[in-house]
Amino acid sequence: MTDPHLRNPGISLDRSWFEEITINTPAAEARAAHLGTSRSLKKEWQAAWLVNAIRCMDLTTLAGDDTEARVARLCAKARAPLADHILTGLGLEGLTTGAVCVYPTMVAAAVKALQGTAIPVASVATGFPAGLMPLPLRLAEIRYAVDQGAAEIDIVISRALALRGDWAQLHDEIAAMREACGAAHMKAILATGDLQTLSNVYKTSMVAMQAGADFIKTSTGKEGVNATLPVSLTMVRAARDYGARTGVKIGFKPAGGMKTAKDALNWQILIKEELGTDWLKPDLFRLGASSMLGDIERQLETHVTGRYAASHRHALA
Amino acid sequence: MPSVNDILTTMEYGPSPEATGEVSAWLKARGRFGLLIDGAMTAPGPGFATQNPATGETLAEATQATAADVAAAVAAARAAAPGWAALSGHERAKWLYAIARNLQKREAFFRVLEVLDTGKPIRETRDIDLPLAIRHFYHHAGWAELSTDDFPGHAPLGTVGAIIPWNFPLLMLAWKVAPALAAGNTVVLKPAEETPLTALAFAEMCLELGLPPGVLNIVTGDGTTGAALATSAVDKIAFTGSTEVGRSLRQATAGSGKALTLELGGKSPFLVFADADLDAAIEGVVAAVWTNQGQICSAGSRIFVAETVAERFTDKLIARFDKLRLGDPLDKGTDIGAVISPAQRDRIQSLVARGVAAGARLVHSSAPLPAQGSFVAPGLLLEAQPTNPCMIEEIFGPIATLATFRTPSEAVELANASRYGLAASIWSENVTLAQDVAAKLVAGTVWINSHTLFDAAAPFGGMRESGFGREGGREGLRAYLRPAATPALTEAPAPDFNAAPCPEPAQPQAIDRTAKLYIGGAQKRPDGGQSWRVTHQGREIGLAPLGGRKDIRNAVEAAHKAAGWSKMTGHARAQVLYFLAENLSLRAAEFEARLAETGHDPAEVAQTIRLAFRAAALADKIAGEVIQTKPQMLTLTRPEPWGVLGIACANRQPLLGLAALVLPAIAAGNRVVAIPAMVQPLVAADFAQVLDTSDVPGGVVNLICGPRDDLAKVLAQHDDVAALWYAGTPEGAARVERDSAANLKATWCPTGRDWAAQDLRETLTQATQTKTIWVPYGM
Repeated sequence: MTDPHLRNPGISLDRSWFEEITINTPAAEARAAHLGTSRSLKKEWQAAWLVNAIRCMDLTTLAGDDTEARVARLCAKARAPLADHILTGLGLEGLTTGAVCVYPTMVAAAVKALQGTAIPVASVATGFPAGLMPLPLRLAEIRYAVDQGAAEIDIVISRALALRGDWAQLHDEIAAMREACGAAHMKAILATGDLQTLSNVYKTSMVAMQAGADFIKTSTGKEGVNATLPVSLTMVRAARDYGARTGVKIGFKPAGGMKTAKDALNWQILIKEELGTDWLKPDLFRLGASSMLGDIERQLETHVTGRYAASHRHALA
Repeated sequence: MPSVNDILTTMEYGPSPEATGEVSAWLKARGRFGLLIDGAMTAPGPGFATQNPATGETLAEATQATAADVAAAVAAARAAAPGWAALSGHERAKWLYAIARNLQKREAFFRVLEVLDTGKPIRETRDIDLPLAIRHFYHHAGWAELSTDDFPGHAPLGTVGAIIPWNFPLLMLAWKVAPALAAGNTVVLKPAEETPLTALAFAEMCLELGLPPGVLNIVTGDGTTGAALATSAVDKIAFTGSTEVGRSLRQATAGSGKALTLELGGKSPFLVFADADLDAAIEGVVAAVWTNQGQICSAGSRIFVAETVAERFTDKLIARFDKLRLGDPLDKGTDIGAVISPAQRDRIQSLVARGVAAGARLVHSSAPLPAQGSFVAPGLLLEAQPTNPCMIEEIFGPIATLATFRTPSEAVELANASRYGLAASIWSENVTLAQDVAAKLVAGTVWINSHTLFDAAAPFGGMRESGFGREGGREGLRAYLRPAATPALTEAPAPDFNAAPCPEPAQPQAIDRTAKLYIGGAQKRPDGGQSWRVTHQGREIGLAPLGGRKDIRNAVEAAHKAAGWSKMTGHARAQVLYFLAENLSLRAAEFEARLAETGHDPAEVAQTIRLAFRAAALADKIAGEVIQTKPQMLTLTRPEPWGVLGIACANRQPLLGLAALVLPAIAAGNRVVAIPAMVQPLVAADFAQVLDTSDVPGGVVNLICGPRDDLAKVLAQHDDVAALWYAGTPEGAARVERDSAANLKATWCPTGRDWAAQDLRETLTQATQTKTIWVPYGM
């Protein structure tokens, strides 16, 4: 995520891109369900796609009891997400996760633990997870995290503005956050569980992209409902429509609720079918997850050894 | 095999073929198949090979059933019929349940076998064909249990001849066999020549279950086998297939007394309104046009898009091509498999070439086609005009036309401009608009924001030349039952229609009375300018107008103009019918005298008044159902009037015989052109005056007196008359059925009935056709 050409410059608010859009929920749900059953990945292909999920994973800890030591353990796993024998068995080397994602106060610890790697540190900011803090404080928090060494900032939007349809203020806020990010790439968390309707999700996605978000991200992981396939479908279609109008490729990050290797495959299938193969790499796709890695590692060990695997034989994240 | 590292660069899906081991072994072990007749497979006879359309390889050989084989199968079915019908509903339910369960236990086998025989993708046989077939047997196990209670007085038809197509072989088998058996009929089934294998596996499964001999018989073969079955001693023919074959079956069964249901071709519109969720509609096209390579009767093969969104929609749709995976049908990631045969591929390509020659622009998927097998690239014909052959003829392949409309009313007009009327879909987020369009489309099934959804509980079938009869649900079951018989009344002979003057003195009248035809709410002299002498026992009663072809034509036009009647509420129609009863009652003595004059029973007047009350009573109670199909889905059935309905009356009951057909018909919202009893047309002329004074809008009832069977022929051959009832002689009924084949008009021939004993609800059932509307909902 260091190529400056990949940044989304944003545009001024244009309501005509989203105001008359309505998303048909049953159709979105049907498409999401269909995607997972209409493509099949076996053997080497399944293994490769699971490895790709690791490559695109923002290995995350965002808990009240996070400590520097906990973050260091997570970073160790980000450096070596698979046991050596699995990696060798797959014929790979140097595999890492896409990033490590932490709270701003943990950025320094993560940067330190990841020294000598190319793994970027992502930090949540802007009063994560609710975002209900005065704007200047939210912007200051972004600057703090960037100062601490975060290369990516996962901001949360003001759900109140989206729910009220105050698109102008939402656009201005996100644009201000984008400016505060500076060189750090910005992922805009829409908290889709709070937005509830797919039409809201589409509109909010479009405003976030117009305001300059490099990535749009589903959830904080703290809402009642986190990443779902129909919500993700709606967001990637919004990204596709934005790209068709501007030529800018927007990244997508589902987060929260995804726990299994099967989830990792389903989301990648969604991306390939709705956006394209180009998106299946870390600069345009991230999976915000933590426990998913354990299941992927088990599946990959089974692929390599032919035996069903046990998680207690793998290093903890 | 590429390495993990290689795949990480390409991020391709890789192959994912379904194993065929058991199925291949079964095919190899059998090699050649006989027929299922009377509970055993016959020794294989001379026959034909069935191929895998994706590879061209021969899978097995099936027997070409001869006329003698068909006769043996029908004899076995007839012999088994009384025993099967005598079983309790519960006993039959247990058999249907066993079939459902066993199909479920053999699901993997059947889905692979179906792929090999049809070339369709395994994802479809896994997610569509098998689950729906299994559901059909479960649903009808339920009907077997319930039909005696839900259809009191009804009896099974006897033996059913079922002829099914190659596009959904096992599912179509289920659609025919499940309701037939549930209702207490026995079956002779002829699978399509191209795809006999799942039916033969099903035969073996039924033998394994120990289904009583003769209850289900399966004869394989080509069209000659089907023709033999059509003319055999079965009591019903149930057919799914092409409109052309449907037409020939209508002719072949005319006058035989066989019940007939036809589920035929279509040219279904796919309407995208400006406020639609365009991405949802794009996936709708995938389901509508590319399911089963477009070889589906309900394919949404005419796409119409609102001009304001047409460019965006077209761009998105063309981009969608690139994501379609075409190839090995056994691969679990294949979207588009092979079409059924090289002949079908050539037919599709030649029709599309004609469409291009007529000015359409073909855009299609750039995916390479496999070197062998019958594959056609999915595509779209842009800029096709309504004159384009691809807008008119059924393509039955993975290609649809795309054109634009300006307004909703234009969309409806374009959609309804077709000889077919099978299905339609509407894409709009505006529920007000969508429901209105759904009501206006001429289609047996309307999907709102969806397409290609089916369920055993949802009636499916066509309007216009897409056929008649419904399959699935209550309507579908009814088509396998016979209502309790109405007491018989032998038809009286036709009078002499001599229009020449007669020297014998007529009864003196104070002022000459002039009976006329009743057309468009006005008394009209016949176009031919002729009248004939109505006599009783040699005595002249009066002169009656002699209606002819042009009078029928004028009456049909008048009936079409009275479309407002069909849009009125049942309540409003009931008021008119009550008023009619009131006015008839005021003139009761006059009508009684009129009937007595020709030796008819004056009691007909009181019976007609009661009938008008009952028709009025039911007018606002004709209702559809909300049926259970899928989660988050409102599935509605709407009984809709045919529109313009022809009626030819019997002679015995001049007033009641007319009212017993006309009043229920108009109660249901039809406009009718009726040919009253020939022996006493003057009653009809008087009745016209009652209609006139009862606020029956002009054109709702048109009365044309004259030679019934000649006039009925004009109605039968009229392309703009939707249905025809004929109550005359059996010979006349045969002619009406034959003459109706040209436009596949629905006919009902209740000949030789005592209308005083008729169950009005049966008549009302005939007065409507069911439209099924699917509305998915969700927040």
